Amino acid sequence: MIANFMAWIEKRLPLMDAMNKHAAQYPAPKNFNFWYVFGILASVVLVNQIVTGIWLTMSYEPTGEGAFASIEYIMRDVDYGWLLRYMHSTGASAFFIVVYMHMFRGMMYGSYQKPRELLWIFGMLIFLVLMAEAFMGYLLPWGNMSYWGAQVIISLFGAIPIIGDDLTLWIRGDYVISGATLNRFFALHVIAMPLVLVILVFLHILALHEVGSNNPEGTDIKKKKGSIKPEELSKFTFHKQYSEKYDIVDAIPFHPYYTVKDLVAVVIFLIVFCWVLFFAPEGGGYFIEAPNFEPANNLKTPEHIVPVWYFGPFFTILRVVPDKLMGMITMFAAIGVLFALPWFDRGTVKSLRFRSKAHMINLTQFVICFIALGILGTLPGTDLANNIGRVATLGYFGFFVAIWFYSKNEKTKPVPERVSG
Amino acid sequence: MKKLIRAFTFGIFALVPMLTLASSGGVHLDKAGNDLTDKESLKSGFKSYINYCLGCHQLQYQRYNRTFADLGISEADGVANFMYTGEKSGDHITNTMPAKEAAKWFGSAPPDLTLEARLRSPDWIYTYLRSFYVDPNRPFGVNNTVFKDVGMPHVLQSLQGVRTMDEHGKLSEATGGSMTAEEYDVFARDLANFLEYTAEPSKLERQAMGYWVIGFLFIFLIFAYLLKVEYWKDVH
Repeated sequence: MIANFMAWIEKRLPLMDAMNKHAAQYPAPKNFNFWYVFGILASVVLVNQIVTGIWLTMSYEPTGEGAFASIEYIMRDVDYGWLLRYMHSTGASAFFIVVYMHMFRGMMYGSYQKPRELLWIFGMLIFLVLMAEAFMGYLLPWGNMSYWGAQVIISLFGAIPIIGDDLTLWIRGDYVISGATLNRFFALHVIAMPLVLVILVFLHILALHEVGSNNPEGTDIKKKKGSIKPEELSKFTFHKQYSEKYDIVDAIPFHPYYTVKDLVAVVIFLIVFCWVLFFAPEGGGYFIEAPNFEPANNLKTPEHIVPVWYFGPFFTILRVVPDKLMGMITMFAAIGVLFALPWFDRGTVKSLRFRSKAHMINLTQFVICFIALGILGTLPGTDLANNIGRVATLGYFGFFVAIWFYSKNEKTKPVPERVSG
Repeated sequence: MKKLIRAFTFGIFALVPMLTLASSGGVHLDKAGNDLTDKESLKSGFKSYINYCLGCHQLQYQRYNRTFADLGISEADGVANFMYTGEKSGDHITNTMPAKEAAKWFGSAPPDLTLEARLRSPDWIYTYLRSFYVDPNRPFGVNNTVFKDVGMPHVLQSLQGVRTMDEHGKLSEATGGSMTAEEYDVFARDLANFLEYTAEPSKLERQAMGYWVIGFLFIFLIFAYLLKVEYWKDVH
């Protein structure tokens, strides 16, 4: 009976086939390490944001008069409203932590290199939409930092010649940030951006499964058909889409092997996540900033207007350039160069393990600069901070310039044919 | 090159704390030593709030009956002893001070204090309440070391007494109040404690739930790990 029903469905919509193709018979390299859990963790957080977001929307009031009070209503009068709100606010910061780790993994193991350029671009688009999503979401509590943070960032567009003023007016829907701005940000935050985000995540995964997963050694697990002795082939069954085209080695099906392994990672992640959520939901003043416990007030500026920590690196790059327009261009360029990373890197060896010393040093300095930019972004912009920020900005862009030069004729170690260990 | 990186890293990590210190303003705050489980302290803070603060400062996000329930006050007792102006027990704790006029009287309207303990900190409230001193240059004759040129008069002067500031900026002991210094500290601490409660009424529930959730996750982790090991026997 059940079997007949399943067969009936399968004929009309091959669900089981899709399941096999993308999970139960998807060949994943067997040597994934710690760095390979952050994609799954990002999906877990995405689901958390969507589900808690739906419930928050039920009690939230997107108006200048009612928004702040409705958050306190959620915190006090809605059953477990505080839990939903903290899950959402902690989730926002967690999202960026896991996404930054995920991106770093890609850089470390060259997962953006041919043939995974489009996969990387989809990932970067996700990152871009995520930043827009977070920026708009941060206005919604209508706290004073929400207000002034948005004020500062939106006013940047005013630096664009000719159209600048009209553009800011168009974005805000008013001459200052107001209820009109809040209302449209709400619409974009709860429907437009999440929709785009989900579609991009879907495409990101499809693109991944088309070209296959990279691994810490950057070796190819798909070999030319007929080039591998039968006894050396992976002993598992893979979907014909993969196995008919290639000889597959050193791979295991994503499900159940990586699903059970990722489950362990998810639980460990949840322990950390819940620790913050239940014992330090303000994240030391970084996840929920203190001035946001006071309603938006257009006459009262917080002492230091700084964006939430996850915008820190890009905010610092913006701030250390003396000219506003140039600052904005530099900031967008900082994201732009990441998009173009697959073409800045002209090398063919993927993993850091087999690349040159120069690459190791370059990546290390990039990480240091990125973290420094992030820390500086949460601090007031003193002269000293700005000078350090300028050095770090040079280091950030220097990474891309340097890799373009040395990667062409890089002294690399031989990459093993097969996954070791 | 490595040396350069090391020097650079050191520079960053050494400078960041310096930058942070430079920006913190540097007002010393005394520790209130709050305890949200101390119901008597919370009740006393609540009572003091109604008597001394509510006239000007609302708690517009906090309801009377929620406060009664959380502080262990019966509804009848609460209505009789904490509500003076005929509201319903489900109402928010508000006053009738007109904001516009209040802004004229004090320079700016007295802020709502529901979230004050999260906007500043419980220790800030505790220290602030104890840091008024005589300053004839101010409209109400007092100033405050924690909040310079604050618009608020020293409402609690009859309790604490008056303090003066010497030429080194040090405050004298309070004289002429109805409370001893220790009694006034307890009074201020109870208020700070109460405001920490109103800033997040579900704080204790949150922490209590946290232990259970994380405890469960640790147990789940064991099983998740064993499951992983079992499956991965096929791979190795």
